[in-house]
Amino acid sequence: MSDATIDPDATTDDTTHVAPIHDDTIPAGYDDGNDHIGLAPHHTTTGLSNTKLAMWMFLGSECLLFGGLISTYMLYRNRQGDAIGPDQLWDIPFTSATSFVLLMSSLTMVLSVTAAQRKDDRRTRLWLTVTALLGGLFLSGQVYEFTVFYREGLGYTTSLFASSFYTLTGFHGVHVAVGIIMLLSLVAMLAKNRLIGDKAETVEMIGLYWHFVDVVWIVIFTLVYLIPA
Amino acid sequence: MAIIERPEASPATTPEYVTPSASMGFLRRPVETTGWKSWAFTVDHKKIGIMYGVVAMLFFFVGGLEAVLIRAQLAQADGTILSADKYNQMFTMHATTMIFLFVMPMAAAFANYMIPLQIGARDVAFPRLNALSLWTFVFGGIFLNTSWILGGAADGGWFMYAPNSSVPFSPTNGVDFWVLGLLITGIASQVGAINLIVTVLNMRAPGMSLMRMPIFTWMAFVVQMLLLFAIPVITVALFLLMFQRNFGATFFSVEEGADPLLWQHLFWIFGHPEVYIIVLPAFGIISEVLPTFARKPLFGYPFVVFSGAAIGFVGFGVWAHHMFAAGLGPISVAVFSVATMAIAVPTGVKIINWTLTLWGGKLWFTTAMLFAIGLIVQFTIGGLSGVTHAVAPSDTQQTDTYYIVAHFHYVIFGGAVLGLFSGIYYWWPKIFGKMLNESWGRANFWFMIIGMNLTFGPMHIIGLQGQPRRMYVWTENRAGEGFFNLGFWNLVSSVGTVILAIGALLFLVNVWVSRKNPPAPADPWDARSLEWITTSPPKEHNFDRTPTVHALDEFFHRKYEDVGEDGQHDYKKVATGEEVIAEEEAHADAHIHLPSPSYWPIVLALSMPILAYGVIYSTLLIVAGAAIAILALFGWALEPPTAPDDDFDPPSPDGDEPSKELVANV
Repeated sequence: MSDATIDPDATTDDTTHVAPIHDDTIPAGYDDGNDHIGLAPHHTTTGLSNTKLAMWMFLGSECLLFGGLISTYMLYRNRQGDAIGPDQLWDIPFTSATSFVLLMSSLTMVLSVTAAQRKDDRRTRLWLTVTALLGGLFLSGQVYEFTVFYREGLGYTTSLFASSFYTLTGFHGVHVAVGIIMLLSLVAMLAKNRLIGDKAETVEMIGLYWHFVDVVWIVIFTLVYLIPA
Repeated sequence: MAIIERPEASPATTPEYVTPSASMGFLRRPVETTGWKSWAFTVDHKKIGIMYGVVAMLFFFVGGLEAVLIRAQLAQADGTILSADKYNQMFTMHATTMIFLFVMPMAAAFANYMIPLQIGARDVAFPRLNALSLWTFVFGGIFLNTSWILGGAADGGWFMYAPNSSVPFSPTNGVDFWVLGLLITGIASQVGAINLIVTVLNMRAPGMSLMRMPIFTWMAFVVQMLLLFAIPVITVALFLLMFQRNFGATFFSVEEGADPLLWQHLFWIFGHPEVYIIVLPAFGIISEVLPTFARKPLFGYPFVVFSGAAIGFVGFGVWAHHMFAAGLGPISVAVFSVATMAIAVPTGVKIINWTLTLWGGKLWFTTAMLFAIGLIVQFTIGGLSGVTHAVAPSDTQQTDTYYIVAHFHYVIFGGAVLGLFSGIYYWWPKIFGKMLNESWGRANFWFMIIGMNLTFGPMHIIGLQGQPRRMYVWTENRAGEGFFNLGFWNLVSSVGTVILAIGALLFLVNVWVSRKNPPAPADPWDARSLEWITTSPPKEHNFDRTPTVHALDEFFHRKYEDVGEDGQHDYKKVATGEEVIAEEEAHADAHIHLPSPSYWPIVLALSMPILAYGVIYSTLLIVAGAAIAILALFGWALEPPTAPDDDFDPPSPDGDEPSKELVANV
């Protein structure tokens, strides 16, 4: 090794240049970000708040969950034997309409997040409620659709196609339902001023989850309904 | 849990007793600092780490007992100790317990305890989620094992291949317990993974760049990434199996036109990363231990880091090598065969790095070091037999024989378990403030290493001779002659198991004889990384002052100064560990908030086995479990993670100890 200046960040085996040990180069009053764990979003190593990073990680893993369910459906989507199959069941205009409703709920979610960032509590609550209602409308559509399919002879155990269809869309529906519960709880907690931590960020986190559920629906709608069997 | 106020420049660390007001949601928060409540409701990553370790060790002995019974059954021809049915349950639960309830939680114990200390943080990013991970794992493990007394445990092997796992082939509730138990422990892993990833990325002390992170933290980080993306896949598989068994779906029923290979794909997309989830923490541990006891820096730190990350990536692309005999077709087999051989490269890089770390070092053969060197040797043997499986034609000969059993025990026991024991001996003085006895430790090591080679070594022979896995008996008239006689080698293997079991028990003996050891020195091993820049055991808030990091091996560089000239390095000790710690204490932070303990993680975790029993037995229990879960979730959401300042008693002016009793009727 030459004695040229060695990058202090270099960490090869034994060539590390050691900075003087007790230099107090940290600015006075440095906040290590631990003092209010989970509550101090602005002092983390990456600059992202812990909550936001965690939500992204969670959504990343959710991709694999839906990936597995979608793969299962794609494998079994034509395996209904003599039982009723997708071609006889799908009502594309109806499902398109409920899909549109769900996508619009993403718009109202964005409006809610911007209202929260403007510290406009009233509009935040309003748009959160609208988002929950649109989500509820989508879910009602799904329940209606399931009922129709069931009456037409598609029970959960009718065929491999039926099981994998209900499992995939059912998991998505549960995600929407959890989202609605979170949205309504958020409205209540905002109204009672019982929300812990940064309001705007909490709204944004629920928003991230909500958008994810919407995006997954776009994938499901395309793969399940739009691609001909 | 405490708010620690102290005058400037005074390193007093006694937490003040506190009186909670009703400000924490709808229950006053727990404040106990001693007794069982201080453990059950704690959010301190160190206590959680210790509890993880203790429970994992308990399950290690449960799984070990199952192994002893298996080997007792196979010690002689036509064994009669276990029935075929009990034998199936035994090997299924042995693998499940060892993998999901010992190795993974033990690694989680170290990750929980060490990561915040190694990166200079006061706790993990989400302390309550950390407690949730622990209790979910504990209750999931207990739930899984209650199947023994509720009609029999799962009997389909830890991979639970379809259609064998369906009700007609496995009519007891064992598989249901297995499915639900793994879903519960999966939640623990998933929550823990998110938590620790955020901790590593976001909670590092000033100066702690990624390439200055201690290598154990790096490897644990890679493991959490693997968990994050592998657990959801097995979750899907487990849900499909649950719906098949409990709700009449037919995802894996061939007669309904299903493809049972779907299970194998889903399982091994999880299952192969799982192999690295098991072994990488041990790699991280010995990458700390070897440099410390060779008195040299880790050779090629960036190579160890990036080969670990490479193993993580490639680990997701080799799953089908578990399915070479399933008829995937030549192209799939060729691709996965080559990918599997490729993953041997980063693993080999690590072995080279460890060997060269030892090369020319002043070796200090402590017990921790012995276990670490044991890992290098034993894991290499397992790695070499692993390469023989990567060659698909050879693998078709070995599939479902004891040769495979030999291979994965050399990798899992020789790799993961030896590494974890190395970590236990290395960090014991850090965690408990006293040393483990070295003589008993050496006995512990030698019994284990001899025992494991006697147990698993002969399995290569009996496997290549054709003894199948999972057969509950072997017969004398098929045992062969001379050197390759199955009877002889099965007996050797069973005797080895006894020696191995004695080795494991010697660890408990060591813990017992070491219980009254004097306090350990602050830096007993002349260690290198950040977790040693604080007292042993660490204070509740870990560091009096958040350390500033200037280099990889920060602690070493604070103790040693480079006096070499002309580019040569010559390190001279300029400070003892105690002095370095004293220097930090002298600059203690004045005002430290720690997260507050909480009831909700353990309550939420408790709801999960109730829900799971409900799925098996009664809808009523599902309703009860769901009600508890909802209560806990809202309690959690309404409770601030850190109690606000006005939630603490003001310090008593006359120096009297303030009451720690809850204020009644506020």
